[in-house]
Amino acid sequence: MTIGILALQGDFREHEAMLQRIGAPTLQVRLPKHLAEVDRLIIPGGESTAIGKLLVLYGLLEPIRERGRKGMPIWGTCAGAILLAQRIAEGRPAGQPALALMDITARRNAFGRQLDSFEVNLSIEALGDAPLNTVFIRAPLIEQPGPAVRVLATLADGRIVAAQQGHLLATCFHPELTGDERFHRYFLEL
Amino acid sequence: MDKSTWTTKIGLAQMLKGGVIMDVVTPEQARIAEEAGAVAVMALERVPADIRAQGGVARMSDPSMILGIMEAVTIPVMAKARIGHFVEAQVLESLGIDYIDESEVLTPADEEHHINKHKFKVPFVCGCRNLGEALRRVAEGAAMLRTKGEAGTGDVVEAVRHARTVYTEIRRLTSMDEDELFTYAKNIQAPYELVRQVAEAGRLPVVNFAAGGIATPADAALMMQLGVDGVFVGSGIFKSGDPAKRARAIVEATTHYNEPEIIAEVSKGLGEPMVGISVSSLPQDKLMAGRGW
Repeated sequence: MTIGILALQGDFREHEAMLQRIGAPTLQVRLPKHLAEVDRLIIPGGESTAIGKLLVLYGLLEPIRERGRKGMPIWGTCAGAILLAQRIAEGRPAGQPALALMDITARRNAFGRQLDSFEVNLSIEALGDAPLNTVFIRAPLIEQPGPAVRVLATLADGRIVAAQQGHLLATCFHPELTGDERFHRYFLEL
Repeated sequence: MDKSTWTTKIGLAQMLKGGVIMDVVTPEQARIAEEAGAVAVMALERVPADIRAQGGVARMSDPSMILGIMEAVTIPVMAKARIGHFVEAQVLESLGIDYIDESEVLTPADEEHHINKHKFKVPFVCGCRNLGEALRRVAEGAAMLRTKGEAGTGDVVEAVRHARTVYTEIRRLTSMDEDELFTYAKNIQAPYELVRQVAEAGRLPVVNFAAGGIATPADAALMMQLGVDGVFVGSGIFKSGDPAKRARAIVEATTHYNEPEIIAEVSKGLGEPMVGISVSSLPQDKLMAGRGW
């Protein structure tokens, strides 16, 4: 089983390092020929506008959407979660492409600018008892989860920061920036 | 909930990797940059080529101009403070800017001290020409680095020199035994603890972009192949004939830096590049990279 990591832009090497530590084979996906060789896909953190444009320019948007519809597990962190969302709060910027696979609304830069970026320990039932250190960087929020969506994690005030819809996973934070492998292992078991 | 931790500061730079950060002087240019796929913009009043041409003292930009650019785009916005000018940095932080560049492109305000960047909540990027300078900046709290190159020239030669120097020094460091690290740290005037970390990890403790003289898609890909994490393009885009097209081409070449066919494709018909000044023709006192201590 090869784990593809979308490597157009963003912190894809951090995901790669985490998976290699676990012992999972990885492949950087930059072109459609790479996508054909992978069984799962991680969309890393980065700038969703830049990644979205490159997805279209290099003919990856449709093939990823198609694979996602057919059941390939996909995990989006931060920018990746925005690309997975079917809806964007307050409108997607004009011409901004998206995979639109998950029945969720993503609110971009929901906490504000960089000065509002933060770390917090969250209890996430799906990962066991120990709290997870989560890192939010100019992060989005997940809103209006559809009936097929399971909420995996919320902040203390109830706002949604991780969700799952079958084989699709969206997190607003960055497990790849911490030493904790549990979210990556969780994705490998989907 | 802890805000502005070291992890969030270096983390934003991680998210910018593989991307292009573009100098812009108006909200309109910022929108063109975002539309072309820039991962961030650097808001400033004059691009380095104009600072070079017009001379005089180059300072922090007008806050209203920076705020206008922050309003115009959803990607992160950076702005420059003069080396050592911690009040300009305080002002930029109060505006809610996403990253401050303590930059040699502006006229230095202090010829001995850099800003103590640990005192700030906002993260800083700083320039470097070699490993010693890079690690001195990290010791002062820089959460991101960029090799300096020679800004405003369109000549990539100094960017190459500085990137090669940094990565050669890192490779040399990884082959040293523990005893040699102490003397090496002393010789490059960098804190021993950071030198040891680099020797162990085989890489810098923070993200490092290239800057200063990148004007074409091939220049950007060259810097990526030399090992940098991304590129800053200053005067190269908006001093060229077709900024939108060139901006997008540089974005594509930065992502696909190992695919010469793609770089060839995006390099076709880009129109006039910025005119450029050969760095070797510049007198010593016109070089910006020497600023910083």
